[in-house]
Amino acid sequence: MSVKRNLLTLLRPLLDSIRDLTPILLVIAFFQLLVLQQPIPNLGGLLFGTFLVALGLALFIRGLEMGLFPIGESMAYAFARKGSLFWLLTFAFALGFGTTVAEPALIAVAGEAAEIAAGAGVILATEEAKGRYADGLRLTVALSVGFAIVVGVLRIIRGWPIQYLIIGGYLGVVVMTAFAPDEIIGIAYDSGGVTTSTITVPLVTALGVGLASSIKGRNPMVDGFGLIAFASLTPMVFVMGYGMLMG
Amino acid sequence: MELLPRILDTLLATLSDVLPIAAIIFGFQLLVIRRPIARLRQVLIGFLYVVAGLSLFLIGLEEALFPLGRLMAEQLTAPAFIFGSDTAAALAGTVRWDHYLWVYLFAFAIGFSTTVAEPSLIAVAIKAREVSGGAIGVWGLRSAVALGVAVGIALGTFRIVTGTPLHWYIIVGYIVVILQTLFAPRMIVALAYDSGGVTTSTVTVPLVTALGLGLATTVPGRSPLLDGFGLIAFASLFPIMSVMAYAQLSEWRARRNRG
Repeated sequence: MSVKRNLLTLLRPLLDSIRDLTPILLVIAFFQLLVLQQPIPNLGGLLFGTFLVALGLALFIRGLEMGLFPIGESMAYAFARKGSLFWLLTFAFALGFGTTVAEPALIAVAGEAAEIAAGAGVILATEEAKGRYADGLRLTVALSVGFAIVVGVLRIIRGWPIQYLIIGGYLGVVVMTAFAPDEIIGIAYDSGGVTTSTITVPLVTALGVGLASSIKGRNPMVDGFGLIAFASLTPMVFVMGYGMLMG
Repeated sequence: MELLPRILDTLLATLSDVLPIAAIIFGFQLLVIRRPIARLRQVLIGFLYVVAGLSLFLIGLEEALFPLGRLMAEQLTAPAFIFGSDTAAALAGTVRWDHYLWVYLFAFAIGFSTTVAEPSLIAVAIKAREVSGGAIGVWGLRSAVALGVAVGIALGTFRIVTGTPLHWYIIVGYIVVILQTLFAPRMIVALAYDSGGVTTSTVTVPLVTALGLGLATTVPGRSPLLDGFGLIAFASLFPIMSVMAYAQLSEWRARRNRG
């Protein structure tokens, strides 16, 4: 009985996921068959892989609703009740830093950045120098994300309007672009997008919305969102700063 | 079978992604908040679902969609396809931006369709619907963001082909965002800024990176190291505009209906 109900609760999200993935299949079919005019290699494998993706997506969303959202929100309520700003900000920093420093996408980008720096003659082209450059960059980005979540949480608590902070950040990016070495700019701009992983986003969103709903005078819609925006903005400034320091 | 070790590999990688987060959460819960977690069993099962789900998701992508997507990005940017019968242009190595129309269309289509399936965007859309009491629908937000990513990536490939400097596009984009912020409904602003960061994760980044590197490698005069980047930046900037535009449009329609 309960197993059956469990399966049924997964069936709906599974169908939703299959619907979500149909556009990708249509795009692939259109370009492969009509534009490139080639057969689809390994059609069975493609359909099987897509089924795995759909199943994974359905499980992930179920897990969000059961685990990540409730824990993010309940921690926000607990911190708001406890009333200790110090511990809340420490938690915010740990969450930003800890989820970013080991992020695989960031490790890949840092490695590429080291290659570029070596190619431009900024650092020696040895494995050791490149490794040190990449590690330094990774740490810089993780620090910047920790800093971003701290500022974002402070903003929710104090009710600062988000646009002034974001516009200030944009100005920072523009000013840094004028001074940063050319070869770091592309990487810096991209680094904003790679820091926020699939597990971090739901947690951080739940935390922000939970904080905004538990603090009097804050509106969860106006004040609850925005943490991710900070986390994608600060790495750009910090990475360009890193490039200037090293160059 | 070679599938089994890969499943184990992905599972381990996902676990090592989740572990630091779990350690921070449970560490603070035990040491600072010092309260038992409500419905601990359900939360733990939820974490298991997240790990299993993400692993299956990644395995499926690696198994089927990414190889084909990369292959198509390569084929669409290959000189043989771009120049086709126009051998004179191919020989002279002259690049005209309109040789690459199929590439822009592919960039648009793949940007849209991968964003619709992006798990972190689904998460934010679910939260936004909950918080707005249904005023912001899951589908409305997801389509607005996907449209923004599609336009952004198409424009980004155009930039790589023409070789114009990345920062001019970004700075102009910032100015547009600031202007829109002045006029957009207040409740959408933070969500719009957030939607820039959620679009680019698991599905979009690998395919888009392959497209950018393929283009920068094959277009004469471009270097993959210097010109291959920037597509992600476009994909994070344009959804901010499209989400604010979506909110402005719905507000304008509501006002017109009332008047």
